[in-house]
Amino acid sequence: MSVATETATPQLLQLEGINTYYGQIHILQDSNLVVREGELVCLLGGNASGKSTTLKTILGIVRPRTGRVLLAGEDVTRMPTAHRIRRGLAIVPENRRLFGPMTVLENLEMGAYLRPRSDLKAEFERVYTLFPLLYERRSQLAGTLSGGEQQMVAMGRALMSKPKLLLMDEPSMGLAPVLVERSFEIIQQVNEAGVAMLVVEQNANVSLSIAHRGYVLSTGRIVLEGKAADLLENQDLRKAYLGR
Amino acid sequence: MPGPLDDDLTRPLEGAAEAASAEGPTGPAVGRDEWVARHGERITRRSGVAGTLEARLAAVPWWAWLTLLVAAACLVPVVSDSGYVRRVAFDTVVFMLLALGLNIVVGWGGLLDLGYVAFFGIGAYAYAMLASDQFGVHLPSIVAIPLVALIGFVAGWLVGLPSRRLTGDYLAIVTLFFFQIFLTFTNNGDDVFGRSLTNGPNGILDLDAFSFFGWTLSTTTAQGQFGIAYLYAAIVVFGIVYVALRLLNDSRTGRAWRSLREDPLAAELMGMPVNWLKLLAFAFGASVAALTGTLTAALNGSVFPQDFAFPLLIAVYTMVILGGAGSQLGVVIGAILISVLLEVLRDPGDSRSMFYMLALLALVGVFRLSRQLAVVLGGTIVLGFAARAVAGAIDDRWTEGMQGSGRVADWSSEWVIVPTQLASWIAPVTYIGLIALVLMLSLLHGWVRIAVLVPTLYLAAFVWENVMLAKPEPTRYVVLGAILVAVMIVRPNGLLGERRVEIV
Repeated sequence: MSVATETATPQLLQLEGINTYYGQIHILQDSNLVVREGELVCLLGGNASGKSTTLKTILGIVRPRTGRVLLAGEDVTRMPTAHRIRRGLAIVPENRRLFGPMTVLENLEMGAYLRPRSDLKAEFERVYTLFPLLYERRSQLAGTLSGGEQQMVAMGRALMSKPKLLLMDEPSMGLAPVLVERSFEIIQQVNEAGVAMLVVEQNANVSLSIAHRGYVLSTGRIVLEGKAADLLENQDLRKAYLGR
Repeated sequence: MPGPLDDDLTRPLEGAAEAASAEGPTGPAVGRDEWVARHGERITRRSGVAGTLEARLAAVPWWAWLTLLVAAACLVPVVSDSGYVRRVAFDTVVFMLLALGLNIVVGWGGLLDLGYVAFFGIGAYAYAMLASDQFGVHLPSIVAIPLVALIGFVAGWLVGLPSRRLTGDYLAIVTLFFFQIFLTFTNNGDDVFGRSLTNGPNGILDLDAFSFFGWTLSTTTAQGQFGIAYLYAAIVVFGIVYVALRLLNDSRTGRAWRSLREDPLAAELMGMPVNWLKLLAFAFGASVAALTGTLTAALNGSVFPQDFAFPLLIAVYTMVILGGAGSQLGVVIGAILISVLLEVLRDPGDSRSMFYMLALLALVGVFRLSRQLAVVLGGTIVLGFAARAVAGAIDDRWTEGMQGSGRVADWSSEWVIVPTQLASWIAPVTYIGLIALVLMLSLLHGWVRIAVLVPTLYLAAFVWENVMLAKPEPTRYVVLGAILVAVMIVRPNGLLGERRVEIV
């Protein structure tokens, strides 16, 4: 996908000089980040490096003190979460956050809350074709599914809103290694179908192997950015995240 | 660049196909973990007679239950011509309506609203002001009733506005404060800038009875008994509200409320208008409460501030929690149980049989006695006869104070010591002694436990006959509390509550 990495491709998401504070604590420091259409970008970082804060800033759960958040060129810095979702943003949250006592079908329906009712059938078909297992499990309570299945429901729920940009918060968390590889394959397939993605991860190796570009966060600063292949070769990064 | 999303995503993807064929040679597909998947179900599915019964009952469609409830309520006047029984039936239907309304806020919206009864009061007062000489306004019922429901909706909305960013205990405090404001206002509303709005503690009197198309529903019969038309009116309102709420719960808004209750942040991330949904839940609940207020106001022909006190709030909450918050049928059954129970416990004879039955159930259910049951019961009664014989030999007055009549009373007077006059220190000492013994029981095991059970039971019977029956009013609530605790231990989500499914 060399096309996606060209600068000529329109930018879907752009963070411009973001500074976020929790009270007195300076979390994100002058962060700049870009996701272009059709791109798969990963955001790497250890614990407390500001990964989740970046996502929260994009979603509007926390407001930056300075800087701008742009969605498809439009400034959404002051907009509430629902308005940003309406502009084609969707998220698979950390720990999935499914609605446990509701069925898979209802969970998916809630994902399409902002879609017009007439489109609902098409959205369901789209997600069921992607995850046939969810169709089998549609009347089962989401809370009774296994971890891998819950991950699918969470992704399906996010895709129900037909997003242009899908944010994923630590998709590998709590999954067995074999399931981690599988879920990254699915991430790649969803991306190849045209959905731009921003994957926040600690697992540098797997996420860089499927991403086009990557950013590395460390204590609130973006310390490295570049093509995924280059980052994989970077000696500092290898030392810091891959342990060799 | 990839083409439009639809074309690409409707095509099945490689990984999906693999995931679907779980027995592929490449190892387990994503998420295909049958044992884990079924684990939760296995836990929730109960076996045995109770489980089968539960499954059968769950399969009964909702309209069948509704028909059953309505038919049962309609049969009350046929079975009994006692004005008291019919009035209790009316009060029960009112409680059913109140429980349905609170269920919207607490059960579906997950909002802890402690000001709920205030909306019931607002409905009653609104009806009083729209259909009495208070302001000389006499709206026809067909206009007044929907108008009051609308007023309740708006009132709920307005109270929700400042509270919409609050959750849990913060919301509870704000709504409780609103309830207090309502009580203060109605109590002091006899002089608002020189005008009387609510007549203060004297209340508003001489409200219009319901009247539809020239046909007036009289509040009393010729003999001065409860006017049966109001029971039917209440049943009609109940049926309409039940069906409307059922449809609401099945709608997208209903499901959005549930997801909001489960995980407000995730709901917001789906783009749901969280604040709007909360306001809507508040307003719908308030509307049902206000609508119910018109029924009691019109029947009583008067409204007073003290009709809307805290015990009513506690009673309605108990109904919702006991029945199972979130389940419409559950909260209605909770309302029936609590309402009827509170009436039954008024009568010393009925509450006495209830007490001994509960004691027996506790022995079987909580202490899991089966074979030892005969030993414990026999031991208690033998101990009782001995104690009574000794007491009777010392002084006759120690055993002749039995109150009430009936078979249970005769039977218990055979072995429980009931003095005609109780020394003032006996009540607190035996009461506290009983609590201490019960607490001790929870630490004991085996035969020691059974040995201690005997005097405990005897002491319980003694306290019941001497201390608690003498004061029926607080006793009602003590027994109710005990039942509630027992139900919550056995079924933590209420009788028909949704089982909480934890995400792991």
